[in-house]
Amino acid sequence: MDIIKGIAVSPGVAICTAMVLEAEDYQRISHRTIPPEKTRAEIHRLRKAFLDATTEVSGLQTAQAELWDSRIKDIFAVHLHFLRDRTLRRKIADLITQHNYSAEYAVSVILRDISKHFGQAKDRYISERASDIFDIEKRLLQHLMQERREEVQKLTEPVVVVAHDLTPTQTASFNTNIIKGIATDAGGRTSHTAIVARSLGIPAVVALGNATRNITIGDIVIVDGNHGTVVVNPDQATIEEYQGYAEAFTAREHKLDELAHLPAVTTDGHTIRLMGNIEFPSEAKTTLQRGGNGIGLYRTEFLYLDAAEEPIEEDHYNAYMETIRDFGDHPITIRTVDLGADKFTQARSAVPERNPFLGLRSIRYCLQNLPMFKAQMRAILRASVHGDVKMMFPLITSLLELRQAKWVLADVKEDLEEQGIPFNENIPVGVMIETPAAALIADELADEVDFFSIGTNDLIQYTLAVDRVNERVASLYSPMHPAILQLLRNIVKTANRARIELSLCGEMASEPEFTPLLVGLGFDTLSLANPMIPDIKKIIRSVSLEYCQAIALKVLQFDTSNQTSNFLREELRKIQAGEIENN
Amino acid sequence: MRPAMQFVDCASDFDADISVTMDSQTADAKSIMQLTMLAAGKGTKLTITAVGAGSQKAVEALAAIVENENASEPV
Repeated sequence: MDIIKGIAVSPGVAICTAMVLEAEDYQRISHRTIPPEKTRAEIHRLRKAFLDATTEVSGLQTAQAELWDSRIKDIFAVHLHFLRDRTLRRKIADLITQHNYSAEYAVSVILRDISKHFGQAKDRYISERASDIFDIEKRLLQHLMQERREEVQKLTEPVVVVAHDLTPTQTASFNTNIIKGIATDAGGRTSHTAIVARSLGIPAVVALGNATRNITIGDIVIVDGNHGTVVVNPDQATIEEYQGYAEAFTAREHKLDELAHLPAVTTDGHTIRLMGNIEFPSEAKTTLQRGGNGIGLYRTEFLYLDAAEEPIEEDHYNAYMETIRDFGDHPITIRTVDLGADKFTQARSAVPERNPFLGLRSIRYCLQNLPMFKAQMRAILRASVHGDVKMMFPLITSLLELRQAKWVLADVKEDLEEQGIPFNENIPVGVMIETPAAALIADELADEVDFFSIGTNDLIQYTLAVDRVNERVASLYSPMHPAILQLLRNIVKTANRARIELSLCGEMASEPEFTPLLVGLGFDTLSLANPMIPDIKKIIRSVSLEYCQAIALKVLQFDTSNQTSNFLREELRKIQAGEIENN
Repeated sequence: MRPAMQFVDCASDFDADISVTMDSQTADAKSIMQLTMLAAGKGTKLTITAVGAGSQKAVEALAAIVENENASEPV
């Protein structure tokens, strides 16, 4: 029995057999074994990888035969000869049967052996062939991994997925009846995988460091998404302990679900609007099920991540319409794409950015890619006649930026008008306050928008100069830093003075210990991950506005995050234990 | 590696079991992996053995490839 510590990012407990996905880094294929009864299936995978690789190379060869000189043709011929070599395949298969190696590991061992042999040859021509062998290894591994990833979609037995990292789209495609838990080597609390896992309600632990090395396919694994631990091959007593724990958790969840149709109102009658943060259209339904009153943050990047081609206006429109269909007349705030520092934009940048988080991202990227920005705006405007749709610009740092975005919007509206396409002329337009600059010029911004939404994740990252995904400094990332609390208080004041709507949509909104503080600071709208809506509602229904205001007042006097953190934790304990006196 | 590929292609046309021996090492003539791992440079002495249908023809055809002047690259 092994216990690995990571970061808990999605609550719940899963006890299941493990399905391990290799890191997509061919240098790091793990010494992995499989259960003996799986060797036949593993050899079948190997055969298929050889076949697929052969088909791929033959395809490449014929498709581009005329373009290549004979040297390149030779290279592909060499690949084909090796891929069709039965003794090579048999040698790899033998390792699988005799040592229960995974196909990936067996391929890696044998081909590395051959490549080493070549590399040592005195004849330079032969020693240079080592790179050919490396290419063949890579090609086979690619097919094996691709197939393993597809296999996850076809599983029929429940599993816990163990991977180096997952893309948001991969995570989103998981069938929650099959994928019971997620454990990854990399990632952080606010990484996209974490966000998606949370919204799907799959227990997840990330930043485990070397889960893929320590866990073997078929191992029994416990993923404890509440405490951030993963137990590998637990003994019977531990399994029973966690089973009891999982049942208690589910029972509590069901109890919270009963709150869904009750309003989020304090004991002294102050109503808070709780909304959902979503990434995929299908999540809108969950928001309603969990008792949300609307969508406060609709992230639209998912259309771009993993997309081979840039999404067009229709892709946006269809996604928005799907969301609206499930959502009736509840408000939906669509954030224009917040791309940057990701595969999509990096693949399109001429020079890799040295500091992408301070680089061409979000609204900046949109303003430099107007056709793309306009296509999304058109889709949002077209959808705006079918529901209560608002448009929100992310990462605004100056008034000029906001004005530019609004000019583009005016342009798009004019186009639609000329083409006779209906849209809501008065679509509310807001900005995210997620940079210290925006927070400090909130007064000026407030005059030109209909609403503010505070994105605490970025606001904290930029204010405290901490990369929240970097494990070595992540502990410096604190929503309770006095600087953050002061900014929050000032934004509330500004919004109230300007009489514009204000909401808070960062991760902070989904953490129960902050709820009384946020309510006390004057936030009436919180937008958060769907699964946490009932928890937060429960807190709100257990306290009075007066109590929350007292909490906020007290916290604003503290001068360190630690003081605040200890205080809020103790108050939360009291609330949950029913020790708070309410009038 | 072109001669080696040519060699394997030719050997694969025959049903006979064919092996190539260099010094004390033996390789399956139909396996590019085994053949290339012999790392036979130009001028190396190879023994080709074939057992089964068409073995005589197979050895002759393969020997012709090895002796071919154009096979200037090592296998």
